[in-house]
Amino acid sequence: MDYISRYLAWLGDGIRDWLLNADDTGHKFALMLVAIILFVVVMGAVLLAVDRPKRVPRWLVTVGFVGPALLMLTFGLVYPGLRTLWASLFDRRGQNFIGLDNYILAFTQSEFQIVLRNTALWVIVVPIAATLIGLVYAVLVDRTRFERVAKTLVFLPMAISMVGASIIWKFVYDYRAVLRNSEGDLIAQQIGLINQLLVWAGLEPQQFLLNTPFNTFFLIAVMVWIQAGFAMTVLSAAIKAIPDDIVEAATLDGLSGAKMFRYITIPSVRPALVVVVTTIAMGTLKVFDIVRTMTGGNFQTSVVANEFYRQSFVQQNAGLGAALAVILFVLVIPLVIYNIRQLRISEEIR
Amino acid sequence: MTTTPPPVPALVTGGVGDDDAGTQSSRRGLGLDQRAAKAKKRLTSPWASLLAAVIAILWTIPTFGLLITSIRPQSDINRTGWWTFFTNPTVTGANYQEAMFGSQTNLAVYFVNSIVITLPSVVIPITLALLAAYAFAWIEFKGRNVLFVAVFALQVVPIQVTLIPLLTQYVTWGLAGSFWTVWLSHSIFALPLAIFLLHNFMKDIPPSLIEAARVDGAGHVKIFFQVLLPLLVPAIASFAIFQFLWVWNDLLVALTFAGGTRNVAPLTVRVAELSGTRGADWHLLSAGAFISMIVPVVVFLALQRYFVRGLLAGSVKG
Amino acid sequence: MHSNTRRRYAAVAGGLGLALALAACMPADDEPGGTGTDGDGDGGMEVAEGCEAYEVYGDLSGTTVTLYTSIVAPEDQPHIDSYKPFEDCTGATVEYEGSKEFEAQLPVRVQAGNPPDLAYIPQPGLLQTLVRDFDAVVPAPEGVESNVDEFYTASWKEYGSVDGTFYAAPLGANVKSFVWYSPEMFASAGYEIPTTWQEMLDLSDAIAAEGSKPWCAGIGSGDATGWPATDWLEDVMLRTAGPDVYDQWLNHEIPFNDPQVAEALAAVGSILKNPEYVNGGFGDVSSIATTEFQAGGLPILDGNCWMHRQASFYQANWPEGTEVGPDGDVFAFYLPGETADDRPLLGGGEFVAAFADRPEVAAFQAFLASPEWANAKAEVTSAGWVTANNGLDPSLLKSPVDQLSFQLLADPDAEFRFDASDLMPSAVGAGSFWTEMTNWIATDKPDAEVLDAIEASWP
Repeated sequence: MDYISRYLAWLGDGIRDWLLNADDTGHKFALMLVAIILFVVVMGAVLLAVDRPKRVPRWLVTVGFVGPALLMLTFGLVYPGLRTLWASLFDRRGQNFIGLDNYILAFTQSEFQIVLRNTALWVIVVPIAATLIGLVYAVLVDRTRFERVAKTLVFLPMAISMVGASIIWKFVYDYRAVLRNSEGDLIAQQIGLINQLLVWAGLEPQQFLLNTPFNTFFLIAVMVWIQAGFAMTVLSAAIKAIPDDIVEAATLDGLSGAKMFRYITIPSVRPALVVVVTTIAMGTLKVFDIVRTMTGGNFQTSVVANEFYRQSFVQQNAGLGAALAVILFVLVIPLVIYNIRQLRISEEIR
Repeated sequence: MTTTPPPVPALVTGGVGDDDAGTQSSRRGLGLDQRAAKAKKRLTSPWASLLAAVIAILWTIPTFGLLITSIRPQSDINRTGWWTFFTNPTVTGANYQEAMFGSQTNLAVYFVNSIVITLPSVVIPITLALLAAYAFAWIEFKGRNVLFVAVFALQVVPIQVTLIPLLTQYVTWGLAGSFWTVWLSHSIFALPLAIFLLHNFMKDIPPSLIEAARVDGAGHVKIFFQVLLPLLVPAIASFAIFQFLWVWNDLLVALTFAGGTRNVAPLTVRVAELSGTRGADWHLLSAGAFISMIVPVVVFLALQRYFVRGLLAGSVKG
Repeated sequence: MHSNTRRRYAAVAGGLGLALALAACMPADDEPGGTGTDGDGDGGMEVAEGCEAYEVYGDLSGTTVTLYTSIVAPEDQPHIDSYKPFEDCTGATVEYEGSKEFEAQLPVRVQAGNPPDLAYIPQPGLLQTLVRDFDAVVPAPEGVESNVDEFYTASWKEYGSVDGTFYAAPLGANVKSFVWYSPEMFASAGYEIPTTWQEMLDLSDAIAAEGSKPWCAGIGSGDATGWPATDWLEDVMLRTAGPDVYDQWLNHEIPFNDPQVAEALAAVGSILKNPEYVNGGFGDVSSIATTEFQAGGLPILDGNCWMHRQASFYQANWPEGTEVGPDGDVFAFYLPGETADDRPLLGGGEFVAAFADRPEVAAFQAFLASPEWANAKAEVTSAGWVTANNGLDPSLLKSPVDQLSFQLLADPDAEFRFDASDLMPSAVGAGSFWTEMTNWIATDKPDAEVLDAIEASWP
């Protein structure tokens, strides 16, 4: 008996080790397959258990469907979110309860008004601009010969990692003054594309990232550049789903071009537009990498998410960082309300 | 436009294996011909073509600049703009050479890690989100809308606030440093958006289809698999590519939960390293950025046929 | 946060049995030394022969030490290689992990209960946070402390201590009081290397009179933008106010907007905000704020700029093929003091903190504080590394800048001071100090307003 239990323990250790430490390629892929199969088996079992149309009460079916997702969300997002709310009431080490002091501190920081203004600009401009450009582009390339290539080009920015994007834009915005040596030759060449274009046009190069308030818009342009691909992809699919008979009927009515866009395309893809605008707005609220890598939040370009990151991970001020995260939650409320209204509208239509 | 009757999307009716499948497919064939005919008509608007070309160029030039940068010698990159390459072409493969073989660890190891991390992190959340989205769309239960809005609002929780609580738990479970933590974390973080998007697709599937199945005595599981899933294949494929992108390009989650050791670190960890300890090596970074872009672009191209009738195909409402 | 300048060191750091056990194995006078056996030939094969110095660590076969640092490729490889003698002789394995997200990640891992065994901490301020806020660092074992006592100056040990307890041994070091220049340009123009502050200003004027910009600078560094400007102020503080006032300043014993600080800032401004002097190769004063520090000195190579004040580690930023040396394309001179005899030295470095107290961790930590490691590291490093460990054989250093740095670090007359922003509370040292210095340059914010704003932010 003793031998068997020891053997089982050894076997258990072996399995655990196999599951936790994968160090060669074959092992990693095998582990990946095991994970997927394990997941499928567990989910299959759950669904099988609730698949008794008559005998199983509806609440159990519901739990079978939403339970796993809610369990994970509670563990991974709700609990940390509540913890953050709680931590925002404590000092930087999380030891002393200080009430709303962190919020007061955040709002009284000298430049926080500007941070809020910038965040508002980002959340308004990025979703609208990215969606609009994505929509117009999707309409324009729809059903053309170059559609695949054309869509890939605008999609590319989505495929580039943040580190890649930051260097790409350095070579767009970089600034070198026009300096001449005693012989009158240029001593430094532009390495930023826009400034080179300005110089070629006989204009003065500009410090795009330095001059407020326009620098915020130049940072916003980067996010629009990335997100337009998302908008285009989703909206293009929605456009393709507009039934041909509607388009034909409209054509017979004499609609074309801008009117077709205004009266047929936009109303038809409205639900998709809501999804796209909401998703991009949510993503924009959270994004700080662009600001962080390009200006570090200097020159009055910071946003709430960047301040949150700085307090939490650079200055190690857990309390203030948490308070800034909570301010982010609050900022999302208008979006939530907007979506509830959309939800109601779609319920009514059904 | 309120007078327009809610149209039945071509995709939805065409995808169901019902009696008139034959007529449907022929209708779609006709549709394609008509589209091709119209395509020619569209191109006749020069302004539209011009606008499309301008957007395409604006969107491509920055990336193109990076491509040129990645094949220029280090000493040139900081001194002259990448466009001078065309008047004074100096090509070097040294950046790619260094980016690919400069490390003691074979780049293939990172590729394998990235793939091993990404696939389950795409499959698991989509499956869970599909089920949850189905419940939110088609099962009546108390507090459904409140719960759905709550899930949707969770999108705004910054991942950064979850790092310490999650990692603490993983350490307690003895999982820290393994792939399991990354799979689980990515799945959790993807759920709010996935549920929100997939729910919106499902809501737009005509209720008559589900009613018909219900009358035939099908339970929810059966309806989900036999009626809804086939209709959602394009939507799933489309969301999959975005989830794939996010996971593939993620640095934070992998670094925190799996750690940056060579056994588990994805490609992004290596690419981030390429810029050097003090971030000066732009020449290597640009090459690395392109190497890590290859897989997402291939996946995008491969899945593009699903995009053609993709994400919100069934979502049309008047 | 508050760190006294002169502290008494606790003799024994807590009741750690294994630290004592290790101390028992440690020869009192450290007779193996670092000089003889290791210097010639990397005898990977003759393990027994080269391993005398490692006997004190005992047999550690089968054990693993995890190490977490902010040093990534390509600088990580020499580090990994330098552990080889230790691994070969003791049988232990060292698992190295470097990440550029180190500073954000380490506190997360520590708080989540998943710390590495050892970490290279680049700022004493972070060490203080880890000790005081998270109570996570293990005090240095005896073997580490005896090595540090023997091979480092008291001030270096001080920087690795928190509230009187010694935690972390110094590892690498860098010298910040350097001005990079082109020896060739200086020679052909007939300029001499300045040896006093005034000579340096005269030289700047002479160059400016020729119609050239003498200085170039860049303080851009992502979310750490501004740090090169804080280094400037610290370096000048050491010169105009002296090391003692410098210590009072960083400990907030005098306010940040003290007149002596204002004087130093004005002196920095007379260079960095002088449109006649800057910004060679880039543009006007404000271009300093948007130029990345990595690119800040590069105009020297094109002859557009003559001088660039930046630390010894800047040598990694010269493009491949640039010859660094007294007769090369670029080299560095010591940023002069008020007089030629006045030689304060600003620098930085890493410290090795332990989060575990296993014997192999203590042994490896002691090894990292030993001359054996310093020499092993010097042997496998091509350029860009130096240590304040005075057991290092300087002839092993390959780069002239590293040799010069070591010479300055080892100079008993040079008053060494650690980068103040790394010692100040992070709300200042990694916050307002950076951002306000950036405003000072970018928007020409007046000196007094800058100093007042930083003072107001002191927690």
